[in-house]
Amino acid sequence: MNFKRPWYATVLMYTALTAFLLFLGFPLLWLLSASFKSSAELNSLAVNLLPAVWDFSNYGSALERQNLLPAAGNSLMVSLATMIITVLLSMPMAYALARLKGRLRAAGTIWILTSQVFPSILIIIPLFLVLRSIGLNDTLLGLILVYVTFTLPFTLWMLQGYVAAIPVELEEAGEMDGASRITILRTIILPLLAPGLVATAMFTFVSAWNEFFLALVLLQSPELYTLPIALRSFLGAEGQTQLGPLAAGAILATIPSLIIFTILQKKLTGGMLAGAVKG
Amino acid sequence: MSTSATKAPREVKKTPRAVNRVGYRARAQRREAIGLVVPALLPIIIFSVIPLVSGVALGFTDATLRRNAEINFIGFGNFIELLGDHRFWGSFGIGIVWAGSVALLTLICAMGLALLLNSDLRLKGLTRVLALIPWAMPPVVIAIVWRMIYNPNSGPLNGVLESVGIPGVNWLGDFSTALPAVIVVGVWAGIPQTTVLLLAGMQSVSSEQHEAAAVDGAGAFRRFWHITLPSLRPIIFAVTALDFIWQFNSFGLIYVLTEGGPGGRTMIPPLFTYLEAFRNREIGYASAMGDVLVIAIMLILSLYLVNQFRQTKGARS
Repeated sequence: MNFKRPWYATVLMYTALTAFLLFLGFPLLWLLSASFKSSAELNSLAVNLLPAVWDFSNYGSALERQNLLPAAGNSLMVSLATMIITVLLSMPMAYALARLKGRLRAAGTIWILTSQVFPSILIIIPLFLVLRSIGLNDTLLGLILVYVTFTLPFTLWMLQGYVAAIPVELEEAGEMDGASRITILRTIILPLLAPGLVATAMFTFVSAWNEFFLALVLLQSPELYTLPIALRSFLGAEGQTQLGPLAAGAILATIPSLIIFTILQKKLTGGMLAGAVKG
Repeated sequence: MSTSATKAPREVKKTPRAVNRVGYRARAQRREAIGLVVPALLPIIIFSVIPLVSGVALGFTDATLRRNAEINFIGFGNFIELLGDHRFWGSFGIGIVWAGSVALLTLICAMGLALLLNSDLRLKGLTRVLALIPWAMPPVVIAIVWRMIYNPNSGPLNGVLESVGIPGVNWLGDFSTALPAVIVVGVWAGIPQTTVLLLAGMQSVSSEQHEAAAVDGAGAFRRFWHITLPSLRPIIFAVTALDFIWQFNSFGLIYVLTEGGPGGRTMIPPLFTYLEAFRNREIGYASAMGDVLVIAIMLILSLYLVNQFRQTKGARS
């Protein structure tokens, strides 16, 4: 859209855009620069975005001394397992939900939407009791099961949107040609659903990777800590002297989500928008 | 499968044999559907329905986290006690202020940013990339970043203030600044998603309408007010409602920023309930709090829904 704009409007718009850039970007730059600063410089009030002396030891000490490497391993394992289980469980259900009409579909949709309103605390208390009674609290397996519980409603909702976008006529054509239901699902639906499956899987991975609250409730042993819990624990224990390694660790913890998010961004917003309009 | 199942009976009322055949097919299809639904339904019932229902039910008991403790049904006892619990209602009020201001301020900022990104300015690409990063960040990392910014002794915010001669502020530790400081972080974290959603909505508004209005002499502000805003209404509605719910239930950001302090000034309800359940070990009482929160959210949402519905009707007539 190109309308003639008075010059002062252009100035105003650029001022606003710069303000947004500063507000959104400055904290990120500060984190990045803090990860290269020495602790002496970090404890002063000087506002330098470029470190006076570049200190690259923060990354090494974040990984070694603060146990972030094993925590990253835990996070990776939990996130991958959650992703695989959630996708496998939600595939058949999402298909059924998208293709069914009538009461079952309505009930499913209402369930998914209401479960979003409930605070996690209300669900984690009984889950904690159950996990404790079967000895799975303070284990990664217990955490994975809980993550599956919490991501399942949203992944179902996402995935059924992708299924609904595949025309039923394609399946009917397959049926006419005498293909069995299994063949139709495997050769027609699955290939068309692949992008949706990838998006859903990535979404699940990122939510498990970033999750904090449930891990805080379930994990007590430091050797089981996931990355967010490990980061938080060294914030509390070490205070301000360890800001450099903390910044480095924070950056390392963001990178996987950031990569996936860049790929995912368009798909996710499209899906959410569709949900928003329908709901 | 559904279409053929619903269409089929109508086509075949002519011959009895066909009815039989189709009846068999419909039954087979129903069996298939059940076969698909059950394996997925079981985990949902086990992991989602049962915990939720028992979570709600625990609110009516005196359950604690102590081992081998008996669980007794005590009716509305918890809720009666909760009515007189000033700390809980104080936390509830903080939660409303927190979620309401974050949702509203995020909407305003995101609307401005989306409008800028939807125009013909330079630097758009950079802004888009920058706006994505907070979205991908784990809440714990966001909280760590902002703890550095707000740090009274080494943070850049106080650094800038003191360089111009204003005494520094303990942003997260001071009674009067803690909640606003935390709200700013909430807005910072919320802008990306809301902006992207609004931007997607704006791009679906036809530019012909804008051009026609411009030809008729409508200024930028009037075009925004009379064309962009009305067509974005459903998206704005959905986004703010979702934002409000998410923020009201959010935990990690404030837990890492302030842990509810100073003096409970940022003690939002999920934090309060968490401490009651896992520090004081009173899970029955904590579940009752959770029940009250669910009812409150649903009430607020339905009020919002009715209000929005009325406005839309008013705007159309």
